[in-house]
Amino acid sequence: MGQLKTLHAVAPAAADAAVEQRPVQLAINNVSLRFPKPDGGEFTALENICMEVREQEFAVIVGPSGCGKSSLLYLTAGLNHPTEGSIEVAGKTVTAPGPDRGMVFQGYTLFPWLTVRENIEFGLKRKKVGAAERQDIVAHYLKEVGLENFADNYPKQLSGGMKQRVAIARALANDPQILLMDEPFGALDSQTRLQMQQLLLRVWEHSKKTVVFVTHDIDEAILLGDRVFVMGARPGHIREIIDVDISHPRTLEMAMEPEFIALKRRVMNLLHDDLEAMH
Amino acid sequence: MAQKRGVLSACLSPREELPRQLILSTGVIGWALVILAWVVLAAADVVPDMFLPSPWEVFQAGQRLAADGTLMNHIWASFEVVVIGFVISSVVAVPLGLMMGSFRIVQAFLEPLVNFVRYLPVTSFVPLFILWIGIGLEQRITVIIFGVFFQQLVMVADIARGVSKDLMQAAYTLGSNRRDVMVHVIAPASLPGVLDTLRVTIGWAWTYLVVAELVAASSGLGYISLKAMRGFQVDVIFLAIVIIGLLGLVTDQFFRFLRTRLGAWAN
Repeated sequence: MGQLKTLHAVAPAAADAAVEQRPVQLAINNVSLRFPKPDGGEFTALENICMEVREQEFAVIVGPSGCGKSSLLYLTAGLNHPTEGSIEVAGKTVTAPGPDRGMVFQGYTLFPWLTVRENIEFGLKRKKVGAAERQDIVAHYLKEVGLENFADNYPKQLSGGMKQRVAIARALANDPQILLMDEPFGALDSQTRLQMQQLLLRVWEHSKKTVVFVTHDIDEAILLGDRVFVMGARPGHIREIIDVDISHPRTLEMAMEPEFIALKRRVMNLLHDDLEAMH
Repeated sequence: MAQKRGVLSACLSPREELPRQLILSTGVIGWALVILAWVVLAAADVVPDMFLPSPWEVFQAGQRLAADGTLMNHIWASFEVVVIGFVISSVVAVPLGLMMGSFRIVQAFLEPLVNFVRYLPVTSFVPLFILWIGIGLEQRITVIIFGVFFQQLVMVADIARGVSKDLMQAAYTLGSNRRDVMVHVIAPASLPGVLDTLRVTIGWAWTYLVVAELVAASSGLGYISLKAMRGFQVDVIFLAIVIIGLLGLVTDQFFRFLRTRLGAWAN
């Protein structure tokens, strides 16, 4: 476990400083994304997006379907390229996908021919991490997501929630600079989703990774986020950035507090305006 | 569930599982009916003896040929040709097919060629091969390769093309380079489909073997079959057919076994 500490220690001096004083981990600078249309015109998916996410911040992007929130995440991952503008992660301009930006996808993307353990090891093997160290890291993250007893199971033997837990462990095991999550709980039933939100909060409070989390679920956005970026559609743009001043550790009960409900109303109104503008 | 609803109801329900015993005995009954029909037809003298030997006569022919070792020699000759031809074809077709399914440029280069050659009847090339290569082992191996390779290539390319892009993207975000994606995602993801392809195409290899041996060979099951026709030994023709069927069954089971061992995750 000693090796683990050095590998995954994330408690720099700035840990307790206010979010605004921490270094910028993700900078999205005037990013636009356009596609040619079959009729010769152009479709604008994202228009002039600017946003900054600071170290150890949990940023949530919420917006109606089709507002380009997932596209923005794919651009950050390097899986697609912006038509204009640039994206920087930890000061480096994104040009291609890389292990510094871990991603958890909406669909199940575990490698079905690998066991849970081998899935979590996948990135470590690409980085040529030694077997002993791999084993420590896998054990650590299996424990974090509560799947110690499923190390040698294959993905098809797991429930949807368990698969996404492995996907989270797999992304974190790589020790990325930033964790990108694209509606990771979208396909789960509501009970499981609540459990997963709790689990993610706990894991995040341990690891203090910078997270960018995309969702269309307002409760999920406020429960998880330090800041919520509310997006509008046609073309995709950022409408408002909402600070969530609810202390950590957060629990599901907080969703009943008046300040939570006030925030929820605000986000709802923003999304609702957007819907009306569309009709 | 099936027990409660009754076996008959289970038999009539789509996709319903049945007790293993029932499945085995039904398979045995299928075989028994075919052999019974054969025995009855042979005994009833509907068809002259010369054209339809009884199963017992075929068995005796088998014993006769096995006694002096010629049967084993012919079986081995055929088996050797199939295995060599099939292995050479597969060793090239599988990696090339994976490339063809993964890289648009390889597909653009190969597809027009392959789709032309693929529809040419292999049999039409046999005279050409005999002129070029002669009537030895190499000629028969070439016929098998020619018959199997292009089909394998297209089938494997389709399988590689079907590998989920999400898995590839996940691999990239975990630090894979393009080579890693080929080796650690596309290849393993394609494995079950590739084994299925091999299982199907080895059946075709047996077919082309007989074609090759009927035209030009001095050994093998197709050759003894042709020789038997000239000597009106219908029992030997039947024997050759039965043995080819059994060998096909064995190779099929081999790939089925590999598939269940190596591709269990996909079931």
